[in-house]
Amino acid sequence: MAEESLPLGGKVVTKPFLVLAVLAVLGGLLIIYRYLFGLGAVTNLSDGYPWGLWITYDVLVGTALGCGGYAMALLVYVFNRWEYHPLVRSAVLTSVFGYTLAGVAIFLDIGRYWNGYHLFLPWYVNFNSVLVEVALCIAAYVAVLWIELAPAVLEGFSKNTRAREARSRLEKWLPVIVALGILLPTMHQSSLGTLMVIAGYKLSPLWQTGLLPFFFLLSAITMGYAVTLLESILSSLAFKRPFETPLLGKVGGVMVWLLGVYLVLRFGDLVVRGKFGLIFQGNLNSFMFILENLFFLAPVILLASPARRTNLRYLFLAAASMLLAGSLYRFDAFLVGFNPGPGWRYFPALPEIFITLGIVSLELMAYLYFVKRFPVLPKVEHA
Amino acid sequence: MDINRRDFLKVAAGGGLAVAANLSPVPVLAREATPRLPEAVGLLYDATVCVGCRACMVACKEVNHLPPVFSRPNDVWDNPMDLSDKTFNIIKLYKNGMGVYKDQEINGYSFIKRSCMHCVDPACTSACPVSALTKDPVTGIVKYNKDACIGCRYCQVACPYNIPKFQWGEAFPQIMKCEMCYPRVDKGGYPACAEFCPNGGTIFGEVQDLLKEARRRLALKTGEVAPYPLHRLDSQEKRYRTATPYQKRIYGEKEGGGTQVLMLAGVPYGKLGLPALPNESPAGASETLMHTLYKGMIGPYVLLGGLFYLIYKNTGKQDLP
Repeated sequence: MAEESLPLGGKVVTKPFLVLAVLAVLGGLLIIYRYLFGLGAVTNLSDGYPWGLWITYDVLVGTALGCGGYAMALLVYVFNRWEYHPLVRSAVLTSVFGYTLAGVAIFLDIGRYWNGYHLFLPWYVNFNSVLVEVALCIAAYVAVLWIELAPAVLEGFSKNTRAREARSRLEKWLPVIVALGILLPTMHQSSLGTLMVIAGYKLSPLWQTGLLPFFFLLSAITMGYAVTLLESILSSLAFKRPFETPLLGKVGGVMVWLLGVYLVLRFGDLVVRGKFGLIFQGNLNSFMFILENLFFLAPVILLASPARRTNLRYLFLAAASMLLAGSLYRFDAFLVGFNPGPGWRYFPALPEIFITLGIVSLELMAYLYFVKRFPVLPKVEHA
Repeated sequence: MDINRRDFLKVAAGGGLAVAANLSPVPVLAREATPRLPEAVGLLYDATVCVGCRACMVACKEVNHLPPVFSRPNDVWDNPMDLSDKTFNIIKLYKNGMGVYKDQEINGYSFIKRSCMHCVDPACTSACPVSALTKDPVTGIVKYNKDACIGCRYCQVACPYNIPKFQWGEAFPQIMKCEMCYPRVDKGGYPACAEFCPNGGTIFGEVQDLLKEARRRLALKTGEVAPYPLHRLDSQEKRYRTATPYQKRIYGEKEGGGTQVLMLAGVPYGKLGLPALPNESPAGASETLMHTLYKGMIGPYVLLGGLFYLIYKNTGKQDLP
């Protein structure tokens, strides 16, 4: 495999970049306000809905969108499918930013952030807590992701001998790093689902099940492939590069199989638990359940025949639908299906939404800067 | 380069299958239910005895240094609508139809006292990542340590009674909840709500004895005159009152694995806002799932070993990311 990655070059500060910068600054100001006046000043969170948009979007959806690196590493290194290797580096890059900013978002959300380091002190840690597994595992994985990205960064400074040496030293260790980079997301993406098991009756039986960890894991991996597809298509469009269609089609095929397994188990679980009838209750929960699963089903239908998998439009729609499906599943399992009792309501407040937008903007800005300055995207063969 | 499906299957047979088996919806070995601590202390609240004077609320605020809550524009005294970071204990009113018959479901009314239930197997202590919420090994009181707390609010997600409250309006917030006046209990005293209850609606005692007392009350015939102890179960102060009909069940005896605050009432508990819970604690379900997956970290290590083996084999002289 003599494939190469190259920096895109070009101006970093463009008009879209400036728009993102404005949103990031606005988010930053609101974050200062949050630290001065408390969580109640910028969020609609309450004692009934203690977790809201930040946990659900920034952490749950954010890390699932960051599963591209994990999903592609699984395909390339474990299933030995080296033909997908050109997609790995950019997938790792999106993962780095997705996860790093999820980590940042956690520190916005926790009320007593100055005690945050207690999570790493054995005499405080409660090993019965699902959140401990999630927190330690995500922290470790952020470190692993940066190490995985390091070769690209070091390559960016290839004129420096020390950077070259560091890179060759690092490469000896990469099998261990990659193995950790697959193990850790397997652990915490499933545990993110386990988090809700303890909520018991407060989570609707449409989502409350012992299979929560399995559904979260499987949908996170599938979202990882979908992100890789979308990212490849969008960056080809944005940077006017040729499409990697045949490769993308194969990724689409993997998605179809995973989704098939997911849907069979998801509905099988409802039947086994005798909760299938809840789908047809005509309330918000059943509506959201149907919507969520239609989005899960759509990619299967769109990409059912291998012929369609070479069509970029179908691939794009399927990937977008998958991301919506996984995101909706996470919103449903943590917010929509969560009912702490009469009188409680939650919809994110405007400042809460703008802080999330600011974080996402920062993530996109970092991505744009990186692909332009560092060798991340595959080299264009016939340009 | 071949796909090495064989190698993959070898590893899958080792670690993968074990993980898959662990993911089955019915865990092989459920964690045993937590028994009641022999010297656990608790409260017995009897809604049929309570007259709704709210003396317990006043005492609670004073002992815990909590500010009054004004819910209506012209309120001049403490008048909270529900539990909050400023109210650990509240007497609420159930009312139906004409609302004239005490402790009757139809056209009646009933009081209900809400505060931390001090669960036998608390979800909050299981959820708390940094052991800020702990269950006292002797008294069973669920205590909070703000110096450990990171403010993640997973306790609030976990609690089936929505008891832990967060200071949303503070830059340096804490979790706030009833700790059954443990500083007073440690000095041989007892909770303020029981001490200042003038009618015996709330009494303090060892949970084993409180359960016996509750069963004694359930066995009383309607109209029978019987003694009801005041403040504490072992107190010499007693009131004689005419027993009124009870719901034939002690709320908290079994709910969610049992609680140390027990309730008796004439109106169905669901109407009083108490959730209908299964007999198993949600902490049990969560910990069983977690400890099956992560027992001795064997699963993760096996998986890591397998992954390393495959990756090392597959990389060979390939370029790495």
